Amino acid sequence: MPILELYNLKKYYATQKAVDDISFNIERGSIFGLLGPNGAGKTTLLRMITGIFYPDEGSIILDGKTFDPINDIIKIGYMPEERGLYKKMKIGEQALYLAQLKGLSKADAMKKIKFWFERLEMQTWWNKKVEDLSKGMSQKLQFVITVLHEPKLIILDEPFSGLDPINANLIKDEIYGLAQRGSTVIFSTHRMEQVEEICDHIVLVNLGRKILDGTVQQIKQNFKENKFSIQLSGIAAGTISSAFDVIDSKANKLTVKIKDGFKSNDVLQHFIQQGVNIEAFSEILPSINDIFINLVENTNSRTRSFQNVEL
Amino acid sequence: MNKISLVARREFLTRVQKKTFLLTTIGLPLIIFGFYAMMIYFSVSSGTNTKIAVADNANIFKGNLENTGEVTFSFLQNETKASLEKKVTAKEYNGYIFIPADTKLLLNDTIKLVSTDKIGLIARGNIQDIINKQLEQERLLSLHISKEQLDSARNDNSVSFATISGSNDSELKEGVSMAVGYASGFLIYIILFIYGAMVMRGVMEEKVSRIAEVIVSSVKPFQLMMGKIFGIGAVGLVQFVIWIVIVFGLQFVIALLFPDILHQMQGQPIQPASMQAAEAMKTASADPTFLQGLAQVNWMMIIGCFIFYFLGGYLLYSSLFAAVGSAVNEDPQDAQSLMLPITMPIIFAIVIMTRAVNDPSSGIAVFGSLFPLTSPIVMMARIAHGVPDAVPYWQLILSMLLLVGGFIGTTWVAAKIYRTGILMYGKKITWKEMWKWAFRKS
Repeated sequence: MPILELYNLKKYYATQKAVDDISFNIERGSIFGLLGPNGAGKTTLLRMITGIFYPDEGSIILDGKTFDPINDIIKIGYMPEERGLYKKMKIGEQALYLAQLKGLSKADAMKKIKFWFERLEMQTWWNKKVEDLSKGMSQKLQFVITVLHEPKLIILDEPFSGLDPINANLIKDEIYGLAQRGSTVIFSTHRMEQVEEICDHIVLVNLGRKILDGTVQQIKQNFKENKFSIQLSGIAAGTISSAFDVIDSKANKLTVKIKDGFKSNDVLQHFIQQGVNIEAFSEILPSINDIFINLVENTNSRTRSFQNVEL
Repeated sequence: MNKISLVARREFLTRVQKKTFLLTTIGLPLIIFGFYAMMIYFSVSSGTNTKIAVADNANIFKGNLENTGEVTFSFLQNETKASLEKKVTAKEYNGYIFIPADTKLLLNDTIKLVSTDKIGLIARGNIQDIINKQLEQERLLSLHISKEQLDSARNDNSVSFATISGSNDSELKEGVSMAVGYASGFLIYIILFIYGAMVMRGVMEEKVSRIAEVIVSSVKPFQLMMGKIFGIGAVGLVQFVIWIVIVFGLQFVIALLFPDILHQMQGQPIQPASMQAAEAMKTASADPTFLQGLAQVNWMMIIGCFIFYFLGGYLLYSSLFAAVGSAVNEDPQDAQSLMLPITMPIIFAIVIMTRAVNDPSSGIAVFGSLFPLTSPIVMMARIAHGVPDAVPYWQLILSMLLLVGGFIGTTWVAAKIYRTGILMYGKKITWKEMWKWAFRKS
C-alpha cells in the first residue's frame, strides 16, 4: 500500500494554474524525487500535501486514509525551501518548542531532541542562539527539527542548499537511515546529480502538470538514444557501417549511435570483423539533467534559472 | 486550542524573559517619577528668597505687605534713596522700593523697584500681585468700605446643575468623571498602540526570519496568529499590573517623604491633555466633599467596562496589526504606509474622545462610542459620566455587541490576509491585494 496517493489535485490562483490535475503514488520506504523548474508548482503541491493549503479539487490519501490536516501533522515532517528559525531563541528551547507544536509531549520531545543532538554532535549547542550559528549549522538544526519526531513522511525542499560536502553527506546518510527505518522521503530539488544518486522514483512537474513519472532507471531507459561508447585497442580502418553512425571520435575512442533495427552486437561484430580489439563497450544513458532540460525546454516554460550541474 | 496556548506561552515567555522587558517595565515609571521629582525640586527651590526694602514715606501700605516664600518685604523708616541704594549694594537686600511722601500712588503713580540683579519673571509677577492686591484694598478702604463688606461682596454664589431625571449632577462629579474619562481613554489608546505594534513586529520577525512556513506546517496560521495575540496581550497585562503597583508604591513613598508635594503636583501643567482634568481635580480636592464626588462615580461599572473595552479594543486592533505585519516584507518602511489606515481610526477616536469628555451626549460622541473602531476609547470617556445618565443602557449594550462583532469580523478578515501574507515573499503587497485575499471565497 502506498504511503501517499494523490488524485487529480488542482490549485488555481487568480493568474495561473499552479497545480493542474496531478496524480501519483509514493511507495512506503522509498526516496521520492519531485523535480521541476522554478514556478512549476512544486511548492504549492508540497504545501497541499502538508496541509498548509487546501486543494481546490482532488484528494490526498495519507497512509490509507483521507488526509486530515489537523491530526496528521505528527506523521509529516516538512522542511520548506524558505526556512529559518527564531534568531534570538536558544537552540534547545527552540527545538523543544517546535517539537511540541508538532504534538509531542514535553518529555517525549526532550528525549528525541537529546537523541538527535547526540547523533549529530550538537549537544554543546543547547544554550546557543541561532544567530550565533553558521548557515550550515543552522541548516543541520533545521533538519533535526524536521525529522526528530520520526514522521512517516518526510518532505525536504532543497535540503542541501548551503551545506558543505561533509555535512551534506552526513545529512544524506541520515536520509538513507530514515528510509531504512521505514520513513518515506519526498525530496524536492533542482540538483539533478543528487536525484540520480538518491532517489528511487521521480516525478517531473512543469507548468503545474506532471510530465514524467517513473524510477530513475526506467526513465533513463525510456529516454535512451541508443548511444554507445567503444574503446578500441587501435585505430579502426573503417567506421562506416549500415548499422550505426559515429557521432564523435577521439583517437581510438568512439561514440556511436545505433540505427533503428540494429542491435549492439551488430556494432561489436563490425569491429571484430576488422580484427580490432575491443577494450570497452558501454551504453551511454542520458543523465536526468539532460532529460530534464530537454523536456522543460520543449514546453516553453517560464524557467527562470535552471541549475546546470557539472558532472 | 492546545497549540494556541503553546504559541501564546512562547510569545509571553520570550518577551518577559528579555532584559529590555525589565528595563522598560521598571525603568519607565522610574524615569517618569524622576522627571516629576526633578520638576518638583526645581519648582520648590527656584524661589530663592528675594528680600526687598520698602521705604514707605507716604505710609500707604501701613506696613502690610504679605510675605511669601519667594518675596520678603521689610519696611524701613527714615531712609533716603541713597541710603537704600547703599544697603542694596551691600547685599543686605536684593532691591528697594522708595515711596516719596507726596506720592499719588492710590491714583496712578507707578512704583519703582530698584534691584542689583535682574528679578526673574515669576518673582516679578508675585511682587506685582502682592502690591496690587494691597493697593486695591487700600483704595476700597479709602472709599469707606469696611473689610467685612468687601469680603461679603466678593463672595461667589455657586450654580448647581441637575438633570430632569433627578440625579444630582454636581460639579465635583463632573470633574472626577472628566479625569476618569480622560485617563481611561488615553490608557486604552496607549495600549492599542504599544501592543498592537508589538504584535505587528512579532509577525514581521517571523516572516523575515523565514520561520513562518516551518511553523505553519505544524500549526494552523489562525492558531499562530491567535497565540501571538493572546501571548502579547498577557505581556501587556503583566506590564500594566507592575506599572500600577510601582506607580502607587512610589506615590505612597513620595507622599510619605514630602507630605505637601502631592498638592503641588496637581498644579503642575505636566500633560497638556490632562491639564483640564487636573484643574478639575484641584478645585475638587480643595473641597472637603471631594470624597463625595468620588463616591458618586460608579467604580464597579467603570472598572468592569474598562476591562471589557481594553480587551475588545486590543483584540480588534491587534489582529489588524498582525495582518499588516504579515503583508510586510523586509522593508520596515512598507509597514509605515500599510499601518496608516489602522492608525487613522485610533487617532480619530482620540479626537472624538476629547469632545466626548466635555459633552458625553453629543451626536459625534454617541456615534464614536457605538462604532467598533472608535468605541473602546470613546465609550470609556462617556461611561465615566455615569451609566444611565450619560449613556443609556441600550447604547452600552449595543456598543458592546458591536465591539464583539467588530473583533470577530476583524479577526476573520485578518486571519485570511495573514494566512496568505506570511507565506508570500519578495513581493510588495498593496491594500488592494490584501482586500482580495480577505474577501475571495476559499
